[in-house]
Amino acid sequence: MFNYTFQWRQALQKLPLLLDGALVTLQIALLSMAMGIAFAVVLAVARNAKSRWASAPASAWIEVSRNTPALFQIYMAHFGLGSFGIYLSPYVALLAGITFNNAGYLAETFRGALRAIPGTQMRAARSLGMTSIQAFRLIIMPQMFRIAFLPTTNQMVWAILMTSLGVTVGMNSDLAGVTQDINVRSFRTFEIFAIAAVIYYLIAKAVTLGARLLASRLFRY
Amino acid sequence: MFDTALTLSDLMFLIKGAGMTLAVTFFAVTGGTLLGLLFGVVRAQVSVWAALPLIFVLDVFRSVPLLIQLVLANAFQAIAGLNMPPFVTSCIVLALYTSAYCTEIVRGAIEAVPTVTRRAARSLGLTWGQDMRFIVFPMALRVALPSWIGLTLGVMKDSALVLWLGLIELLRSGQILVTRLQEPMFILIVVGAIYFVMSFPIARLGGQLEKRWREND
Repeated sequence: MFNYTFQWRQALQKLPLLLDGALVTLQIALLSMAMGIAFAVVLAVARNAKSRWASAPASAWIEVSRNTPALFQIYMAHFGLGSFGIYLSPYVALLAGITFNNAGYLAETFRGALRAIPGTQMRAARSLGMTSIQAFRLIIMPQMFRIAFLPTTNQMVWAILMTSLGVTVGMNSDLAGVTQDINVRSFRTFEIFAIAAVIYYLIAKAVTLGARLLASRLFRY
Repeated sequence: MFDTALTLSDLMFLIKGAGMTLAVTFFAVTGGTLLGLLFGVVRAQVSVWAALPLIFVLDVFRSVPLLIQLVLANAFQAIAGLNMPPFVTSCIVLALYTSAYCTEIVRGAIEAVPTVTRRAARSLGLTWGQDMRFIVFPMALRVALPSWIGLTLGVMKDSALVLWLGLIELLRSGQILVTRLQEPMFILIVVGAIYFVMSFPIARLGGQLEKRWREND
């Protein structure tokens, strides 16, 4: 059918390298999610704040991250900061770009979750003598994470898929980077990228499944 | 900081890149929506077991990075000797990618129409097609439109990835100018502003529609 001989064996021999790359991918995704969640909580609270000095920067961050491509945000970190003499390595630029993006999307998710929590919760906590920080940390935040749990796991899958963008700024240690590295040396583009696609798919499915199991354990009541 | 070598013709070059972004988005969203409508109706009508192959294939499009999909499709068309230009390959891949998300939107919207409403329509003597056209479509449209707008904007942003196949769209044309003028921050800000202008008003419109329709329910 095709005037081409598929060389699957040659590609499969590189599997250990690809799996090492998958670990880096997972590492970047987890780090960017952890930092993204931390930023997102602050952004969600700041955007709802009454003071314009708090809400304007938060709105700007959220709108820019949601209305420009993730690839643009990574370019900004990698090439853009060069104008100020700051040179980020592909790893750091990728991490910064995805974190920026995650934070913006998660902030909107968290804001929606905050809106779903009745205002009486906060007042009840305050009348029990908690400070506003205590009330937010102990009463509001756990409920917010609970409501936002599934969208957050979706974002985790997005973060994993976004790590593949690192290859465009010269990242060569994550799954996409390793794949491209082997590709330019062996020219078995289809085979090697097909294996990478399978690995990405399995990671994404594992994360989704893990999140469902975790949700059924955490939210039994 | 305020003097730049960016000339008006460079700006036109960026606008041309934005035109390419919009062209790819247009074909991808048109194709993807048509496919998504078809798959969505199938998904809403057929049992889960019968639709399992479709569910699996569409799930693959959502679980594999778009960049990998583009490279794979490009390699495949070369192997198959199709000799497709990168523009066509990009549009096809993005259309399939769009259809995977659109299917879920369409299915969700159809299932949001209460079963009793549809039964009532059928007992009044409407055929399945009439029920779909006059009852389900207008009701489902309200549910689907805000998410569909979100999807369209998402595809426009994701279309930046076609630069990997050598298409000169907005981000790539920005990169070309950066290489020539050596002013990365300024040019990227201009590029980002163009993306923002193309996306933000429509995103706002989608949010407004969603809010208004929810209030009128």
